[in-house]
Amino acid sequence: MLLSLFLFPPQASTNAPEVDALYLFLVALCGLTALGVITAMTFFAIRYRRTPENVVGHDIHGSTALEIFWTAIPFLILMFVFAWGASLYFKLSRPPEDAMEVFVVGRQWMWKIQHMEGRREINALHVPVGRPIKLTMTSEDVIHSFYIPAFRVKADVVPGRYTTLWFQPTKPGEYHLFCAEYCGTEHSRMGGSVIVMQPAEYEAWLAGTQTAGGGTPSSGLTPVQLGRKLFVEKACATCHLNTPGGVGPVLVGIYGRQVELATGATVKVDEAYVRESILTPMAKVVKGFPPAMPTFGGQLTEEQVMSLIAYVKSLSDGGDAAAPAPHSGAAPAAPTAPGAPAN
Amino acid sequence: MQTSEAKKVNYLSAQHTVASWLLTIDHKRIAILYLVSITVMFLIGGLMAAAIRAELLTPAGDLMGSDTYNKAFTLHGIVMVFFFLIPSIPATLGNFLVPLMIGAKDLAFPRINLLSWYIYMVGATIGIVATVTGGLDTGWTLYTPYSTAYATTNVVMPAIGLFITGFSSILTGLNFIVTIHKMRAPGMTWFRLPLFIWAQYATSIVMILATPVIAITVLMVAIDRGLGLGIFDPKAGGDPVLFQHLFWFYSHPAVYIMILPAMGVISEVIPCFSKKRIFGYNFIAASSLSIAIIGFFVWGHHLFTTPQSMYAAMAFSIITFAVAVPSAVKTFNWTATMYRGSVSFEAPMIYAFGFMGLFLVGGLTGLFLGALGLDLHVHDTYFVVAHFHYIMVGGAIMAYMAGLHFWWPKMTGRMYPEGPAKAAALLIFVGFNLTFFPQFLAGYAGMPRRYHYYPPEFQIFNVLSTAGSSILALGYLLPLGYLLWSLRYGRAAGRNPWGATGLEWMIDSPPSPHNFDETPVVTWEPYDYPDAHRRTAEHAASEAARV
Ligand code: HEC
Ligand SMILES: [Cu+2]
Ligand SMILES: [Cu+2]
Repeated sequence: MLLSLFLFPPQASTNAPEVDALYLFLVALCGLTALGVITAMTFFAIRYRRTPENVVGHDIHGSTALEIFWTAIPFLILMFVFAWGASLYFKLSRPPEDAMEVFVVGRQWMWKIQHMEGRREINALHVPVGRPIKLTMTSEDVIHSFYIPAFRVKADVVPGRYTTLWFQPTKPGEYHLFCAEYCGTEHSRMGGSVIVMQPAEYEAWLAGTQTAGGGTPSSGLTPVQLGRKLFVEKACATCHLNTPGGVGPVLVGIYGRQVELATGATVKVDEAYVRESILTPMAKVVKGFPPAMPTFGGQLTEEQVMSLIAYVKSLSDGGDAAAPAPHSGAAPAAPTAPGAPAN
Repeated sequence: MQTSEAKKVNYLSAQHTVASWLLTIDHKRIAILYLVSITVMFLIGGLMAAAIRAELLTPAGDLMGSDTYNKAFTLHGIVMVFFFLIPSIPATLGNFLVPLMIGAKDLAFPRINLLSWYIYMVGATIGIVATVTGGLDTGWTLYTPYSTAYATTNVVMPAIGLFITGFSSILTGLNFIVTIHKMRAPGMTWFRLPLFIWAQYATSIVMILATPVIAITVLMVAIDRGLGLGIFDPKAGGDPVLFQHLFWFYSHPAVYIMILPAMGVISEVIPCFSKKRIFGYNFIAASSLSIAIIGFFVWGHHLFTTPQSMYAAMAFSIITFAVAVPSAVKTFNWTATMYRGSVSFEAPMIYAFGFMGLFLVGGLTGLFLGALGLDLHVHDTYFVVAHFHYIMVGGAIMAYMAGLHFWWPKMTGRMYPEGPAKAAALLIFVGFNLTFFPQFLAGYAGMPRRYHYYPPEFQIFNVLSTAGSSILALGYLLPLGYLLWSLRYGRAAGRNPWGATGLEWMIDSPPSPHNFDETPVVTWEPYDYPDAHRRTAEHAASEAARV
């Protein structure tokens, strides 16, 4: 027991015991293989050591049967290990639909975290126990990697695009958060902790002060609220009306659907597509519309882009409140948006 | 007999001037030039390793600043990989032995051979000087966009150094391939070639096909950085992950540039000290080629945590498991070679045993990393560091040491002292395991690599590791001492101190400048130890009858 404490990081997600099971299987498999080969080697070396009676080896060329045997058996075993590893990976590549979303932005040398309910933090991630959580991540500068050993998960955080990582914590506690991809001077100190809390505690924490990690002008708004505000401020609303007839397409209800492009191809509207539509609109032009949308690349921070996406997403979550903000200039102070509980 | 041999002109005694070394086109002298240069590189790289291990003794960064630490591990990686390991066996033992083993007077292009050494020296000098003066802090992997847009250190010069060094590998590979095709002695058919030659051949293919890719890639980094082209910069529409694909397209096969020749050495040493044919010659030869070929399609296993398609990742994973099979086959065949042999335990064999143990662990832990779901946890942790040191240091350097001791009598005409050599082999084996085994545990426990500061719970692993590294250092310094000592005081070796088969053992030690007085005609199979023994016995009997 003590040994296992020493050899394993804490097992704190649904994924962790599954990875550990494969690990232990491989330790056993490889241990036995190594033991077998080393025993055979040692045995032969001693049994057939050179003596005055044994000065030259027997005249043996080889054995095709043996060669086939020790090619085929390892191959079959390895295919089994492949399938096991791939099945774990398959699960980790597909976040559950109902996962709670959190935005993560990495930069030299800190992690900035934005909860959908508005709370933001730096180098710490608070999550409730027992719920699947999906991180949507990007970097402002170089490549980083978001690594939580206790959950046995890691994903690179790459500038210019989104990557995702999901996990379901199973044990309350505080765990290491590391940056695993070398990113310069303070790489080894780019980390913090993941704090897994009981759901009630977590709710209380969410409702707590909004200032943690604040300092940005938008602090205090949820991503959807901030997105709605930006949608007006950046004049998106002048082209994207909530009924057909505007310069640009209606954005209500598009998230998650297929969109036909001018080229005839179709794409699914997801985070990556909305991001691209905002930052490089010419890359994929919607069928039936002029390529009239201005480029916002370089004008928005990663947090702002993420907020706009959250807002566009909220327009597809149904309900009247999903209508785009009125074309009135000033943003509403803090109206309740869908998906954002009142705080 | 010894005096008459000493009087004969050999490649070392033929000329003594400095120019006769620097302008030599004798493959054996060029091998010695490489031997000296890579030893210097190994010492520089080793010094950096010592600095890293000393720093990691405690969780806090108390010995040096983070920037210095980052430069130390970068220099360590670049020097060890590009300037030591890649040229190690091919450029020294390969250069020396390829013509001797196939019965040729030299390589196909002796002048190009010398040129490749000069290119290596220019590239390495630029690389080292730039890295030491300005410092480079990107890690040997040079990942973008850190290297292209964010590092404040000297990236362009070392990149140019690497670009230049690449040509040295390409030329050596080309030279070997042409030589092996065209210069074999009469009767030296493909299936009479020593397995070391098969391994060099496979390695040369990898060198020729993969090296241009890394050369162009580092050049793109230099250009991107110098001119701001943005090839790898997302802000300019570039793709930073593209770099990783290009980098590993070379750097995975580069592992085979290091390990295939090592396997070649082991395939010579084990039959010789078992006095038996190698078990499954054809299968070992074929496995070298299949490793070289399949090895080109697994680079994506370094990118499982990057945003690559799930199906691409699965393809890379399955091919990675497939490429493990030929290595396993070799290991089984080496073991089987000892079965019913006549095994003796001279230093080269002790090193070969060390290789077997360490390569086994290195290879098997590769399976952990190839398994997708598990890799997501251990990728970029000390588990990876331990794994590749087991392959590249435990495997490649151990085999290099085995080969160096095995052919030292041939290269210098002198025997190394057996006692210290065995002691060194043992020290290296013990020191190595103590250094790197704890790193597997640290990695699984979650310690990321390239960490200057680390949480205190990882200290125990690092203390063990640092302790081991001091034993390891001793193990590496010892041969430096006794091998140099043997140049002067070593016992004269004679032609064939090990009773080995192979053409290189039929000529004088050290060989004459033109290797063979008359071109040998080969009529026998390789590793025919039973027959060789019979012939020696008959020879001795007839000598006795004559007297
Ligand atoms: C000058 C008018 C204009 C402005 C301002 C504008 N857009 Fe657009 N937008 C367009 C047009 C026209 C299209 C369709 C052509 C295309 O795909 O580029 C479009 C397409 C889109 C799409 C893809 C819609 C689909 O159905 O696939 C999204 C998402 C989008 N815009 C978001 C935004 C956001 C967010 C802003 C504010 C930051 C914004 N737009 C500002 C004109 C505009
Ligand atoms: Cu980082
Ligand atoms: Cu690889």
